[in-house]
Amino acid sequence: MKKKNYSSLLWPLITLAAILVFNLIFTKGFFNIEIKNGHLFGSIIDIIKRAVPVMIIAIGMTMVIATKGIDISVGSIIAISGAIAAIIILNTGLSLFFVIFLSLAVAFLFGAFNGLLISYIGIQPVVATLILMVAGRGVAQLITNGYVLYIDHKAFEYLGIGFFLGIPFSIIITLIVYIITYAVTRTTAIGLLIQAVGGNPRASYYTGINVKSIKFFVYAFSGLCAGISGLIISSDIKGADPSFAGLWVELDAILAVVIGGTPFTGGKYYLFGSIIGSLIIQSLTTTILTRGVPVQYTLVVKAIVVFIVIIFQSAEFRQKVLRGLKRKIQ
Amino acid sequence: MKLLFKRINRKKIPLYANFIIFVLIYALGAIFYRKFLSLRVFVNLLTDNSFLGITAVGMTLVIISGGIDLSVGSMMVFTTMLIALFTEMLHLPPIVVLPAVVLIGVLFGSLMGGLIHFFNAPPFIVTLSGMFLARGLGFVISLDSIPIKHKFYYNASQFGIQLTEKIRMPIIAIIFIAVVIIGIILSHYTKFGRNTYAIGGNEQSAVLMGLPVGRIKIMIYAFSGMCSALAGIVYVLYTLSGYGLAYMGLELDSVASVVIGGTLLTGGVGYVEGTLVGVLIQGLIYNFITFQGNLNVWWAKIVIGLLLLFFILMQRTFSTRTAAN
Amino acid sequence: MITANPILAINRLCKDFPGVKALDNVDFFLRKGEIHALMGENGAGKSVLVKVLTGVYKRDKGKIYFEGKPFYVHSPKEAQECGISTVYQEINLVPNLSVAENIYLNRQPQIRGFIDWKATNKKAEKVLERLDLKLDVKQPLGSFSIAIQQMVAIGRALDLDAKVLILDEPTSSLNVKEVQQLFTIMRKLKSLGHSIIFITHFIDQVYEISDRITVLRNGMLVGEFLTDSIDRVELIAKLMGKKLAEFSSEQAEIEQGDENKQGIPFLEVQGLGKKGLIEPFDLRMYKREVLGLAGLLGSGRTEIANLIFGIDRADKGQILLNGKSVNISNPHDSLKFGFGLCPEDRKSEGIIEDLSIRENIILSLQVKKGCFKYIKRKIQEKLVSKYIDMLKIKTPDMEQAIKNLSGGNQQKVIVARWLASNPGLLIMDEPTRGIDVGAKAEIQKLILELSQKGMAILFISSELEEVIRCSQKVVVVRDKAKIAELTGTQINEHTIMNKIAVV
Repeated sequence: MKKKNYSSLLWPLITLAAILVFNLIFTKGFFNIEIKNGHLFGSIIDIIKRAVPVMIIAIGMTMVIATKGIDISVGSIIAISGAIAAIIILNTGLSLFFVIFLSLAVAFLFGAFNGLLISYIGIQPVVATLILMVAGRGVAQLITNGYVLYIDHKAFEYLGIGFFLGIPFSIIITLIVYIITYAVTRTTAIGLLIQAVGGNPRASYYTGINVKSIKFFVYAFSGLCAGISGLIISSDIKGADPSFAGLWVELDAILAVVIGGTPFTGGKYYLFGSIIGSLIIQSLTTTILTRGVPVQYTLVVKAIVVFIVIIFQSAEFRQKVLRGLKRKIQ
Repeated sequence: MKLLFKRINRKKIPLYANFIIFVLIYALGAIFYRKFLSLRVFVNLLTDNSFLGITAVGMTLVIISGGIDLSVGSMMVFTTMLIALFTEMLHLPPIVVLPAVVLIGVLFGSLMGGLIHFFNAPPFIVTLSGMFLARGLGFVISLDSIPIKHKFYYNASQFGIQLTEKIRMPIIAIIFIAVVIIGIILSHYTKFGRNTYAIGGNEQSAVLMGLPVGRIKIMIYAFSGMCSALAGIVYVLYTLSGYGLAYMGLELDSVASVVIGGTLLTGGVGYVEGTLVGVLIQGLIYNFITFQGNLNVWWAKIVIGLLLLFFILMQRTFSTRTAAN
Repeated sequence: MITANPILAINRLCKDFPGVKALDNVDFFLRKGEIHALMGENGAGKSVLVKVLTGVYKRDKGKIYFEGKPFYVHSPKEAQECGISTVYQEINLVPNLSVAENIYLNRQPQIRGFIDWKATNKKAEKVLERLDLKLDVKQPLGSFSIAIQQMVAIGRALDLDAKVLILDEPTSSLNVKEVQQLFTIMRKLKSLGHSIIFITHFIDQVYEISDRITVLRNGMLVGEFLTDSIDRVELIAKLMGKKLAEFSSEQAEIEQGDENKQGIPFLEVQGLGKKGLIEPFDLRMYKREVLGLAGLLGSGRTEIANLIFGIDRADKGQILLNGKSVNISNPHDSLKFGFGLCPEDRKSEGIIEDLSIRENIILSLQVKKGCFKYIKRKIQEKLVSKYIDMLKIKTPDMEQAIKNLSGGNQQKVIVARWLASNPGLLIMDEPTRGIDVGAKAEIQKLILELSQKGMAILFISSELEEVIRCSQKVVVVRDKAKIAELTGTQINEHTIMNKIAVV
């Protein structure tokens, strides 16, 4: 088991290492980490910090994809949670705790709405989450009345741009989310049940697993992760942007999960792989940027990466090509 | 009465519902605002939604076959950039440019169809990456809007059919209607169209019945790619420019039009004519909100989302009921 | 055995799948204008034979002659073009298209490249007229009954000039009247000179319609018989097979006594039933007892198991556990009440392929305990190695993915999964299906041991021998209803087969 885990993380790790080595050779000062005012700065720190929103969403998305599902509404949920936080801060004197609690609760509820449609009503995941993807931005704009809201709230800003013991606080939040998710799924049987449901829903039902509630749970959790990510993003930009906050992020998250080794077909997941996947995407983006290539080239690169992953993941390819290769070697 | 109800094809109920909703919104608009009923508003409705509509025709066939194509918006935008590149930077004549971009659309669609068929990959993921790729390639050409100054495009955009003294049906509305008609003929009167329905109805059966499923699937995505390219041409005529950031989220509006138009997301049942009405319903909702003046545009997104939910739930109830029967 | 001029002759056909000999030197002869029944229990090789014949699978060895010429096709489409068409139980047509389209899909008459709907509909009506069928061919196929859909499929085959028509379990979902309708059409086709291979498990229907019967068992040919010259009991004996020489000494050890069968039964089923699935039935089960369910494939065996376990929800009757009524609406409930079910279809209902042996085994116990009380890894490993030893599961280690095991070992893992949850009642639906002889004997032995340890076991098997050897009580099912309950000396092949055979 442990051996197997490592081997599935091998490719993502090699990819990440390759990108880093490339930078080591071609980008000056890439690995420099400075301490300014007791805070860490440097390209590496910057990459991790920029990857935070995608990492957190990818954690939720990993669980969803492990059950053979998909959630394309996360971008909209990010916009909604940011908008809620902004509106509470601007219009009420509630404490930061309530700001966070209420925004996350709303995000969770929207995730639960997805879960309801998928598990209890039986709508395909792509379609069910498409509804929220379309309508969610409208809801976010409704909340902010269509404006980009600016938040001036020192405590709230700490989420996105603060430092804790010299480390950017958003990275610490990511770490906490990761550890909690890991602990909850691996020290309870939830992780096992998620894999069982994704691997063979029918057999899982025969085994006595409550398939519907597991599915419901993963979408609600994905909503919650998107909510956390939304708070960090709006704290980072000191505002809530209902139209552009979290735009395209669902694509990055799905890509991160898949690069990390979790198959589209469900049944297995690699939480750490998804984190590596997010870092690969971000370091790729940063590398392309620092090489002086316009940021938009990353889209082409990402697309080509997904095409390659699709081909490598398909059983047809493995059977035809890899078996052929093995035969040749033998 | 019961017999009459039985006679009505249950699967067509979403289609009827879509017509009824269209008439209702139109009637509502007409009650509140006089101009709503005018010919000019209707012609504008066709014109302003033409590129959405053209992609939705391709999307209809894709969804009927049980798939989905999320690349339509990006492909359309990529086409506008290609036209800009070919015309403004390479100075190629339209007679070369237009067939070339349509061909590129077809090839792009075939590539995705091939990946879906040969590697048995989920259409959602393949076309999602297609969406990235096309947007990205558009950006590679240019990040800015490129005005297209070639005379042909200006002249073409001014072409139209005079309906009354003052009102003219512009070329892009004509292309839109032509594509819809082609879509209807293709889906009802060709083997390709009927085979598409068969694959969406039951792919395994289609294989056992001896249909060339792989070839048909690739052709379906190629057709959708072609529609996106045509939409790109129409968009160029509409704006006389190419712009890589244009119309974000078109693919979702396109899917919504198809579903509101009565096509089942599970495949096998759908109507190009329904999609036309679905596109117009979305257009009407935007119109309504513009006419109203006080409401903001984001209400349109919410209403469209709710309509989408309503139609999906309706599909769900009717499909389970037919299964139970 | 070879008769003159068969239209289709299959000689010594072989097909291996990993671990299983699906077809082992099978012969089959079909004559012109005959209806030939092909029979056999689960795993006999009927459908493999058809699939090899029609080019779905590649044959390993053997020869096929069609109209005297060697016959080799690569796809059902090619077979169709040569004149061999198959109509499957799950209709292989498209429900969303019209009847006419289903008959002429991809072959529609055209005018200048466009489909001529009028001609298509007219031609379809004509084809169906040949079958004495009058339909509104413009209606979607899905709006008609399964029987009509089947006939449309036959119509399509006819229009494709089928000389040989294979009907794969066509009557399974038809009612009595519809079966007669289908038979009328089959007789008509026969009189027109078509040859029909009729795959079914309904004995009555075979006697009613077929001229010859070929019986397969475990991938081997049992024999070809003239329908008129073999009686029902003999046929059933052929179907059920009687020899399992490797293991027969165990029988003596079973206590046939009734001393522990007094008082309140551990499990009592009162009038449980579901419309269209199984007629209401009663069962009484005691601890330390194996109750056997005997009956042919499709008789309602699995339906009984699924109803008790809550896979399907009963619409009538109730279940009493230790005399108290319990409400079971899904497998989760039955797990909590201490039931277990090793399902019939191991691959789609049993194993979770990508999970390891360890994970597959602990799954039910874990669900029973609740997902927050994760069983400690050490306890898991102890438990799992206990069952690996006990059931002699052959694997290098417990972290192997279950998909890497052979069928028999996968079955043992599923058994282990339920044993680990320590059930009071264990339902085993064909636990010995598709596994090798040695593993079969081990599983039978295990059933006896478990019951002696105090478990109540409901045992379903296609192997009559097995049921007789293991059970203290046998319930016979036929045509979706319980028809007899046998105890003591009544439990023998003769009685059971007579019960199944009697009309």
